[in-house]
Amino acid sequence: MSNYRIAVLGDKDSVLGFKALGLDVFPAETVEEAKRTLHELAKENYAVVYLTEQHAAGMTAEVARYKDELTPAIILIPGKDGSLGIGMANVKSAVERAVGADIL
Amino acid sequence: MPAINVNPTRQELTRLKTRLKTSIRGHKLLKDKRDELMKQFMDVVRENRALRKKVEEGLMRAHGSFTVASALMSSEMLEQSLLYPKQSVELDMTFQNIMSVNVPVYHFRTKSDDAGEIYPYGFATTSGELDGAVDALSGVFQDMLKLAEIEKTSQLLAEEIEKTRRRVNALEYVKIPQMEEAIKYISMKLDENERSNTIRLMKVKDMLLKEAIEEKREADARAVEAFGGKLEEV
Repeated sequence: MSNYRIAVLGDKDSVLGFKALGLDVFPAETVEEAKRTLHELAKENYAVVYLTEQHAAGMTAEVARYKDELTPAIILIPGKDGSLGIGMANVKSAVERAVGADIL
Repeated sequence: MPAINVNPTRQELTRLKTRLKTSIRGHKLLKDKRDELMKQFMDVVRENRALRKKVEEGLMRAHGSFTVASALMSSEMLEQSLLYPKQSVELDMTFQNIMSVNVPVYHFRTKSDDAGEIYPYGFATTSGELDGAVDALSGVFQDMLKLAEIEKTSQLLAEEIEKTRRRVNALEYVKIPQMEEAIKYISMKLDENERSNTIRLMKVKDMLLKEAIEEKREADARAVEAFGGKLEEV
């Protein structure tokens, strides 16, 4: 059993609070920066990466790349500007992928 | 005849029959696997949706408190108070096997058990709203971790179901019909060969018989002639 870490990636205001909980916070102001950080995090032993939806909207391809891998689990969370519904849409698309139609 | 390219031999037929049997068995097993995966997946996805909703709501509340806190404090002060966390979280990951899909199970461990450790700042210079915000975040964090586990599980399960579904369909609609067709083709070809063989033998026998009769007739004619007689035409 090895030790993994948890990262939070997003714009500074949205992720600052997680720092108090002891998570590793990586503020990224631009989507480009977030992409770079994400790839770096994936190489290290981060098991869970929380990514704000605001950033995720601009980097769907990068997020999809890690979808089928065991680590990291990229979990979308709403940023400070509110939820964009991407996280929910992903749940929906997982259902569509498995069943072939959205049955929920 | 469709595009099957097989040698119509008995050996090939036996081979195909064994393969067909294996394929049908495999198809049945994969179908069972798909059904069970689907059952598990539906449970996970339902939980995923509920949990995501809860987490998003919780986070929005936390963000709301943070906004209030940052309005009451200067951003430098806010940053300063949160910059050096006392608490640190470590994650253990074990795996659970759901129908041969490895899904992660997270156990997180905080470095210190004191619940007060989540406030990395002195209370003198910070506003009470910040306490509330950090508190709200730590409250939602348990659910966030659970969400990570479940969401990854559902993604991995979805992938596996997709794969299994493709396999089942490929076997059901392509492989098995193809093999059945090939078997039919070979057995018909073999039957046809058998029949043509029989016919050939019958023909040969006929020809031999005819020859024997001719010879017999000629011999008879010669014998009659030797006795000076004349054989009337029958």
